[in-house]
Amino acid sequence: MPKRTDIQSVMVIGSGPIVIGQACEFDYSGTQACRVLRAEGFRVILVNSNPATIMTDPEFADATYVEPITPDMVEKIIAKERPDALLPTLGGQTALNTAIALHEAGVLAKYDVELIGADVDAIQAGENRELFKGIVAKVARERGLNADSARSFVCHTLDECLTAAGELGYPLVVRPSFTMGGVGSGFAHDEEGLRRIAGAGLDASPTTEVLLEESILGWKEYELEVMRDKADNVVIVCSIENIDPMGVHTGDSVTVAPALTLTDREYQNMRDVAIAVIREVGVDTGGCNIQFAVDPATGRMVVIEMNPRVSRSSALASKATGFPIAKIAAKLAIGYTLDEIPNDITKETPASFEPSLDYIVVKVPRFAFDKFPGADQTLTTHMKSVGEAMAIGRSFPEALQKALRSLEKKGAVFTWAGEPGDKDDLLRACRTPHDSRLFTMQQAIRAGATPAELFEATAVDPWFLDQLYAIDEVAAELRQAPQLTAEVLTKVKRHGFSDLQIAELRDMTEPRVRDLRHALGVRPVYNTVDTCAAEFAARTPYLYSTYDEETEVPYGERPKVLILGSGPNRIGQGIEFDYACVHASFELSAAGYETVMVNCNPETVSTDYDTSDRLYFEPLTLEDVLEVVHAEQQTGPVAGVIVQLGGQTPLGLAQALKDAGVPIVGTSPESIHLAEERGAFGRVLAEAGLPAPKHGTAVTVDEALAIAGEIGYPVLVRPSYVLGGAGMAIVYDDETLTTYMSKAGAASDHPVLVDKFLDEAVEIDVDALFDGEELYLGGVMEHIEEAGIHSGDSACSLPPMTLGSHDIKRIRTATEEIARGVGVRGLLNVQYAMSANILYVLEANPRASRTVPFVSKATAVPLAKAAARVMMGATVAELRAEGMLPAEGDGGTMPLDAPIAVKEAVLPFNRFRGVDTVLGPEMRSTGEVMGIDQFFGTAYAKSQAAAYGSLPTGGRAFVSVANRDKRAMIFPVKALADLGFEILATEGTAEVLRRNGVHAKIVRKQSDGTGPEGEPTIGRRILDGEVDLIVNTPFGSPGQAGPRLDGYEIRTAAVLRGIPCITTVQGLAAAVQGIQAIVRGDIGVRSLQEHAERLRGRASAVAGEE
Amino acid sequence: MLVLEDGRVFHGIPYGAEGETFGEMVFNTGMTGYQETLTDPSYHRQIVAMTAPHIGNTGVNDEDPESSRVWVSGYVVREPARVSSNWRANRSLDDYLRAQGVVGIAIAGTRALTRHLRERGAMRAGVFSGTALAPVEELLERVRRSPAMEGADLAEAVSTAEPYVVPAIGAKRFTVAAVDLGIKAMTPHRMAERGCEVHVLPASSTAEDILALAPDGVFFSNGPGDPATADGPVEALRGVLDSGTPFFGICFGNQIFGRALGLGTYKLRYGHRGVNQPVQDRRTGKVEISAHNHGFAVQAPLEGSFDTPYGPAEVSHVNLNDDCVEGLRLLDRPAFSVQYHPEAAAGPHDSAGLFDGFCALMESARGRVSVTMSAEAARGHGAGEEPGADTEGSKGA
Repeated sequence: MPKRTDIQSVMVIGSGPIVIGQACEFDYSGTQACRVLRAEGFRVILVNSNPATIMTDPEFADATYVEPITPDMVEKIIAKERPDALLPTLGGQTALNTAIALHEAGVLAKYDVELIGADVDAIQAGENRELFKGIVAKVARERGLNADSARSFVCHTLDECLTAAGELGYPLVVRPSFTMGGVGSGFAHDEEGLRRIAGAGLDASPTTEVLLEESILGWKEYELEVMRDKADNVVIVCSIENIDPMGVHTGDSVTVAPALTLTDREYQNMRDVAIAVIREVGVDTGGCNIQFAVDPATGRMVVIEMNPRVSRSSALASKATGFPIAKIAAKLAIGYTLDEIPNDITKETPASFEPSLDYIVVKVPRFAFDKFPGADQTLTTHMKSVGEAMAIGRSFPEALQKALRSLEKKGAVFTWAGEPGDKDDLLRACRTPHDSRLFTMQQAIRAGATPAELFEATAVDPWFLDQLYAIDEVAAELRQAPQLTAEVLTKVKRHGFSDLQIAELRDMTEPRVRDLRHALGVRPVYNTVDTCAAEFAARTPYLYSTYDEETEVPYGERPKVLILGSGPNRIGQGIEFDYACVHASFELSAAGYETVMVNCNPETVSTDYDTSDRLYFEPLTLEDVLEVVHAEQQTGPVAGVIVQLGGQTPLGLAQALKDAGVPIVGTSPESIHLAEERGAFGRVLAEAGLPAPKHGTAVTVDEALAIAGEIGYPVLVRPSYVLGGAGMAIVYDDETLTTYMSKAGAASDHPVLVDKFLDEAVEIDVDALFDGEELYLGGVMEHIEEAGIHSGDSACSLPPMTLGSHDIKRIRTATEEIARGVGVRGLLNVQYAMSANILYVLEANPRASRTVPFVSKATAVPLAKAAARVMMGATVAELRAEGMLPAEGDGGTMPLDAPIAVKEAVLPFNRFRGVDTVLGPEMRSTGEVMGIDQFFGTAYAKSQAAAYGSLPTGGRAFVSVANRDKRAMIFPVKALADLGFEILATEGTAEVLRRNGVHAKIVRKQSDGTGPEGEPTIGRRILDGEVDLIVNTPFGSPGQAGPRLDGYEIRTAAVLRGIPCITTVQGLAAAVQGIQAIVRGDIGVRSLQEHAERLRGRASAVAGEE
Repeated sequence: MLVLEDGRVFHGIPYGAEGETFGEMVFNTGMTGYQETLTDPSYHRQIVAMTAPHIGNTGVNDEDPESSRVWVSGYVVREPARVSSNWRANRSLDDYLRAQGVVGIAIAGTRALTRHLRERGAMRAGVFSGTALAPVEELLERVRRSPAMEGADLAEAVSTAEPYVVPAIGAKRFTVAAVDLGIKAMTPHRMAERGCEVHVLPASSTAEDILALAPDGVFFSNGPGDPATADGPVEALRGVLDSGTPFFGICFGNQIFGRALGLGTYKLRYGHRGVNQPVQDRRTGKVEISAHNHGFAVQAPLEGSFDTPYGPAEVSHVNLNDDCVEGLRLLDRPAFSVQYHPEAAAGPHDSAGLFDGFCALMESARGRVSVTMSAEAARGHGAGEEPGADTEGSKGA
């Protein structure tokens, strides 16, 4: 059944901003889908509000709408573009929910849009737990399969929940319907817990529905990735086993592929059930996954749930097997059957097969609890990790240890240094699932825990536990070996130990271990991920290292460029860096190089085997990268290694790589040091005559106090060498500074930087390109929030709303001075603060920044591609001549009627209940969205709608601001009142408002408690849903009682209820403009291609005038 | 030490019994089902390398073997399990191999070995450990002296000595005469589930022996060795076909059927051994993910029908990986066979419907109901159709 010819255009919906539970795996799947559809000749219309994605690059679709993914905005796009079909299964739950909403609202019928790759009834059946249970029971009954569901009750009220709990007993599981990533779900151990969790769950569910279920805590957990075509051919792409048993969300579990502890009978039963269920559910075509739990004592198998769409696990399964699920799902949606699609890897065999693995894949989650003090760090059915790393090895120990070091996280990698601690304490810690539990288990083994004890504490399958013991035994052998022979080293390496671990165990240095290992000829080989366990020859070089027999690296004809990726997603280093790496790869491949990608993040486009000419799925440590470089040098000339695009991870390796003789292209490691090291950078600035805020560097408390005394409070303190503002704080007094220093001193060996904090400054972010001679100003972004809020968390606008051409000229000059002074070749990001008309330089980063994709989209210039070329020696002039960069002008000379793009950060507070939502100098956002329109107000409104749901256009607004903000808030609050909002305020704020002619009703603060007449506090009123908009700027020091705590309660209530909460007065002003724009009702949609057309037309007109 | 006849040597650690063993070196790409693989008689005189690295994780139980003993002549793995973890397991694989006297070896280079076999083809090999170790040249000499698979007549060696009966589960509907050329336990079980009383007969059975049972249908099983040598079974099958009794064959049985129709057989370079092979039903276009274990195949024209002494026939199933013939069917007579394993132990159950197809043929031939063998009946209904044994098995003790 070949491709359908009755449809010509297809709309694809993306997944929006990166949030916990829905990350860049959907960029990977959406990008694959767009590529397939375009290659097949369809007109592709894409909607995604996330500018950091590859899929929203204008070249991946015919019409790319960076607009909010809300049903009404998507309807506007449908009305304008009139697509024949809508493919909603590749953009996560967001896309699926939007498509269902459009279907239910009759929009799809109205515009005659066919849903492809999905069936509404099937989606309902798959996602409605009661219906789904019925399906499981039916297939088990009719086909005689061993399949069951956990006993459960569907409840719509708290009372129903309590009745159900009487039947099921505690503990029990609460699962809200139609939420993603397990939002709102959890274990209730008693009635109080049930009230809390089920209450929130009912709120979180769009259908006010939760499922209460018998506890299957501690059972083995599995997942199958299934593909089905319209001819009803079904294949299982991959089985995945969770090492963490039931009770921990799959996204937070350490998982392994293929499943390792099932007999064939059990596996085939699971396979039969999966296939029977998806047939019964009626999944149209494409990928879906289905999860199982197995009672380790009896083998009773329970079907947990299925997702009738491509999921996070699909991305993992694709990378784990080489079977590109999203790409094939897109082909199936347009009419092909599995047997008509060739297997990309072998080229000769078809996609209608089940991959066979001759290696083991381990995925480990990466958490960011350090960013959210106060958050509950226990792992539950509610996903909390922000990223993941995957590793491949020829044995489980090898893959596991590679995966752990891929995390680049302290305390993740197994260690035998120091004392392990008390066995009983460690076993107790193991009982509760937590970040790095495997590490705790390894320490428990060191402390003498037996397999039985460890099993009792964790319920982790004894086979996996034994593998941990095997690793421990090999460590002991290594420690006791009289000599490091090739034999000893080979065995240790086959168990995944790094040179660093070996050095620690042998009390040597890492370079010494490496030299010895190389001298003994113990080096990894590179095997191919070939989908077929070597049964057929692989044509695609997708490689992983292992200490095995034969290497399979093909010889390369063209000069090779290695691009080091950014590793697991974390806050501060995410998809934006992958974007830059992927762009470099595309561009350099087109420019005649053989591109070689090195990365370990399975969610990304960069680790798609057809993004680069070669892919190494490897940890980004010095050892692993050096071995890849060596392997590549054996098979052809290596022109250079790019470290500038993957964020801090590769940048941190630059000097060591260069010292090892690896050719680094672009900005040299010495230049990187010039920008990163405070003293050196200070000299660069001094030479250029550029001011920086007064600052000093302190190691001790006294030094810090002395510096603060000299430069005056407030001061901004932070450890040197960090990304994402980790450990940054604004400090207003000696006492807080003393506390900070004692903590920081303990946490790091690096000195602490103490800067004068510029209150009320405008912060400016610049991305630029420098070739040694000419500067291309990519874009100038003005932060909406004032300085002090991390640039990653701050909304910003491009072009800057309030800077004039004179300011931009100063910024251009300063940026050029810095680029020259540092010696940049490629990208440079500079952060400035404009205060009292003085332009201060806050910091410069000689690398791709988080804002590169945003700038590229807002200005219609492929900045990362241009940067890659500059790094390889092209000049800005050449790129202008080529047409890659505009012939004239740059991001600093945007025409006055250029569209305004607003970037807004998306914060994960709904995942971390109890964490203060106030923004600060430490970055906490997981993702971003872009709103683009002709005017700032509409662009801002779009950014808010995309990030948090639409701004309210009426109702009650609660205002409570710090004294310093009282003057500035009068005008915007008055505007709100004029728009018809009823204004509620705390006493002090209300007074100021009333004196300025704004009627404000006084409400009780949290600390006032409920009034004598039962008047509720503001917190209560927010929780009761009586407030539609909250404006609360924080004051007082964190952690204290009083006003700061009041604000905390308010903001927490806002998060619980999902009410927009504005924490800066600048944000309020922007919101008012946005609300006005919505009220005017003139929010339209325009594709990036149309914006670019206008920009180009305008730019040439401007150039003509000059 | 593992020594291949072309001189390639792999060093490793002894696994299972120590000593020496010889056989044809083949690889299996299944990620589950080592116990079924080891006990599959078709692996007689073969040294099997598992491409999946971790083997033995779920130990050994009493329910999953496909015959009463391990048939592989040697076993090559990468990472033998140190513990067994499964609620049905009652001993470790290592102990089991030792008890069965199977010489095995754990080597790092199972992938290198697989690639070698893929490029050079299956070849003779020997595994040596303990007192059997000697200088490589001498071991190589021993390997080269061992018999080759081509021309090997092995069915009788693995076949049952005496006939036995597998009773029907539930009401008996048919009598099936099943010629054991290396039959797996799951095969008669699959038929028994469908109401067949299965009379398992020795490989040496003649047409008269078979037809003496007055069976509703005749079945020829899988088995080891070169089909070109199996003149006896071919003769027997011709007699069965002459009688007009419905026939179904699997694997070796497919090759015997091919020969009975006058077709040739040949040795594949490295065979199909695994549980992930895509086989397409030519009539419906549907693809089954199927279990395979064959080193030989039938030579037949893929397109259209061809003439045979029993009237026109066609290739019913084809392997999409390499266009290998995977099934044959007579167009005017009730006889068909497949090269792969619908009984699927180990392996997916997509093809279980073929047993229903066989039952439909018997039903029709009996004239009780007038059914011709429709594509629908022959192709089966895919996974999920598997009642009975598996379910009970998994629910086990």
